Amino acid sequence: MTLLAAASATADAPSCYSRLTNEWFCWQYVQDRQDQLVSATVEHIQITLAAIAVSVLIAFPLALLARRLPRLEAGILGLSTAVYTIPSLALLPLLVPFTDLSKTTVVIGLALYALTILVRAVLEGLRSVPEEVRESATGLGYGPTRRLFRVELPLALPVMMAGLRVATVSTVALTTVGTIVSYGGLGNLISDGVLTNFRAELMTASIICVVLAVVLDLLIVGSQWLLTPWTHGRAARA
Amino acid sequence: MNVIADAWDYLTTASSWTGDAGMLHLMAQQLLITFTALLVAMLIGLPIALWLGHLGRGGLLAINVSNIGRAVPTFALLALLVVADWPGTREFGPYGRAGLATIIALTLFALPPIITAANVAIREVSPSVRQAADGMGMTGWQKFWRVELPLAASLVMSGVRLALVQVWATATIAALVAGPGLGRVITDGFYRTNYGKGIAGAIVVATVALVLEGLAALAQRRLDPVPHDRSPKRHQGMSATRPMVAEGTDAVGH
Repeated sequence: MTLLAAASATADAPSCYSRLTNEWFCWQYVQDRQDQLVSATVEHIQITLAAIAVSVLIAFPLALLARRLPRLEAGILGLSTAVYTIPSLALLPLLVPFTDLSKTTVVIGLALYALTILVRAVLEGLRSVPEEVRESATGLGYGPTRRLFRVELPLALPVMMAGLRVATVSTVALTTVGTIVSYGGLGNLISDGVLTNFRAELMTASIICVVLAVVLDLLIVGSQWLLTPWTHGRAARA
Repeated sequence: MNVIADAWDYLTTASSWTGDAGMLHLMAQQLLITFTALLVAMLIGLPIALWLGHLGRGGLLAINVSNIGRAVPTFALLALLVVADWPGTREFGPYGRAGLATIIALTLFALPPIITAANVAIREVSPSVRQAADGMGMTGWQKFWRVELPLAASLVMSGVRLALVQVWATATIAALVAGPGLGRVITDGFYRTNYGKGIAGAIVVATVALVLEGLAALAQRRLDPVPHDRSPKRHQGMSATRPMVAEGTDAVGH
């Protein structure tokens, strides 16, 4: 009797995700499907980083342009609010006629969302530079371009970085929706988990997703710390 | 651009709007769910956020709530709630299994913008106005109800407006987990490689989102105690200037 129980226990011991047991947390699953998890995570990171990179590259010139031409600013901000209003599940299909079912579709969609956050952040950052500082820079003989890069952008960095953090963390989360065009990174695992009622897969993918967001957030905080030595130098001495 | 023509066809066919699986029915479902979730979130979030704001606290709570809300993918939370046995019955429908899971997830996602905006709104009421209220001998409750709340109303409403749009957007995602709502048109279209239908659904969802945003903006303007008609700059420098919050930087989650 005990032997039988022990035997059956060992028989289904490795399977906390068999046809009969469907547990939320299952290390066995992580080991068995390691390749799948790694490739989904890599795809997730690729999509997220690509989207952020694209939106940073576009946000800077756009924000500088908006600052130079105040009339354009209202338009740019209004348009970005409108984009933000469109649900992601609707935006991605709307891009499909132009980009087909591809990774590009997801990257462009996510970049659009991130863009709306980043343009605002850059504008706010530049606005946060005190007028006196700007004037003293001019007084020291800085031209507009040199002033922008040597004085204004460094001082605007904290506000811009705050925007970058928000954009990155939400992009990580939003990438999951890319599963609608079959490029959702971990989102693909999540939707598969729903379709097949597979709890371990669902839970694992969700946790990796949150961890990813936290790690990227910490990386940005770290790089900000390195990029703005003057902020903590003074605090440390005081 | 064959797909666009297909989408147009789908939109102009009467049968795609009527009936049980028609878009009108789905839209009604989604609106029902959206407003239920929004209402629940307001009932939970507003009292806490407003009261903490009145006490001058809650900054940390607001920041943490919105950070968590940002990092947890809506889709993942929805999926977890649907696959778990606990909420709802096996029945589908607006208040059925997937429906209830959807409402819970949506409520959770409506909380961060509501809490953050309400809390900041109250705390940012200018100290001089508060002192004046104290000087007039107002009690704490009077000060909150007759001074702080009216001044903060517009900003509080901006949080609700943000939440409304966000909840509508997220309700679309419910379709990914077989939930109710218009998102189903989109997912159906894609899973059955009927892209025209998917895009048609996307157009309808996006349009309704823009309409909701517009209506909420109107409501917000109504609530403003310092009506700013043509020249918004006129009130600058007054002690009762409406505090501003960067709206866009906080709207996340769909």
